[in-house]
Amino acid sequence: MFDWLQHFADWLIFTVFNIDAGTKLGTALNFFVYDTIKIMILLFVIVFIMGIVNTYFPIEQLKNYLNKKKLYGLEYVFSAIFGAITPFCSCSSVPLFIGFVQGGIPLGVTFSFLITSPLVNEVAIAMFLGMFGLKATLIYAFSGILLGTIGGWLLGKMNLEPLLSDWVKEILKLKMQQTSYQKEQQTFYQRLPEITRAATDIVKGVLLYVIIGIAIGAIMHGYVPENFFNQYLGGGQWWTVPLAVILAVPMYANAAGIVPVIQVFVAKGVPLGTAIAFMMATVGLSIPEATLLKKVMSLKLITLFFAVVTICIIISGYVFNLLL
Amino acid sequence: MSKVIKVLGTGCPKCKAMTQVVTDVISKHNIDATVEKVEDIIEIMKYNVMTTPALLVDDTICIKGRVPSQDEVFTFLSNNE
Repeated sequence: MFDWLQHFADWLIFTVFNIDAGTKLGTALNFFVYDTIKIMILLFVIVFIMGIVNTYFPIEQLKNYLNKKKLYGLEYVFSAIFGAITPFCSCSSVPLFIGFVQGGIPLGVTFSFLITSPLVNEVAIAMFLGMFGLKATLIYAFSGILLGTIGGWLLGKMNLEPLLSDWVKEILKLKMQQTSYQKEQQTFYQRLPEITRAATDIVKGVLLYVIIGIAIGAIMHGYVPENFFNQYLGGGQWWTVPLAVILAVPMYANAAGIVPVIQVFVAKGVPLGTAIAFMMATVGLSIPEATLLKKVMSLKLITLFFAVVTICIIISGYVFNLLL
Repeated sequence: MSKVIKVLGTGCPKCKAMTQVVTDVISKHNIDATVEKVEDIIEIMKYNVMTTPALLVDDTICIKGRVPSQDEVFTFLSNNE
């Protein structure tokens, strides 16, 4: 699909700049040009598609659906899948959380949504698709949904309602107050310019991180010897997965830029499972999100929430290292 | 009659973008309106919205969860006058 782009990168670096294809500099520059353009295209296309989904996503109906149906445990799966396909920004997570719980959806099912939503987001998917290909992306998305399902189910078993903040409990007791809502009447074509603009904004917002990430990746790609990480981080050492998860927590702001670097790690011998665990911890265990959630949950509940997610991520890292 | 516009949002980039669009429209068309930013999550939840940013004109929710265009905001503000 991106053959033409590889030809372009080859032509630009090896012919126009006249850098020898065999040199480290040539390899690194070629890698940089090819990846940057490819990622930009993928990012824009995926963010754009998710923008369309976002505008039309019937979140109210979803809430009512999850609330009314008895689904024998499948509600966790559905909730996690919906979390994966709904691209809401992190600041919507608290209103969504309260809206769900207020609508009578069990806390565990709400957690399934809350876990998967940041894990499987459009930027992470676009980056994974660009750097690791379709198969690894599907594995990533599938394990994100599985993780949300299991994590939500576990948390649901713990009877955590008493650990919500007091004001949330107050709101839950109150009868839901109805604010009048004017139905939106914009056609698709009227919305298109706004969706395009929003997609451009998101891509612009992560562009710098992506370029830095790809540049670091390109340099490492050219200069770090093959199998370098195999000796230190690859293979059997049990502690590499937990270490990757811990290292990932402060990376939140640069999630998009991290992927190209991880890709080089994998190319040089780090197992894919460890890489996926690292990526999930980067987007799933974010300090900004914890700060937001602090408003609706007690410290104990947040700690439990993050502990369960962390453990699930670590386990999935081990499982993938065994399977892949 | 002066309109009361409320922008609900915890202060993320999208919420700021919405406030910008609204203030632009008001000054561009000289609309008589007050803009209030509701940033406190406890206050926001009272309006029963699940996705931010949300736009309220005279206590009617017009938009939830996305940034509108200037034209769109203008139609909301020029209605029922």
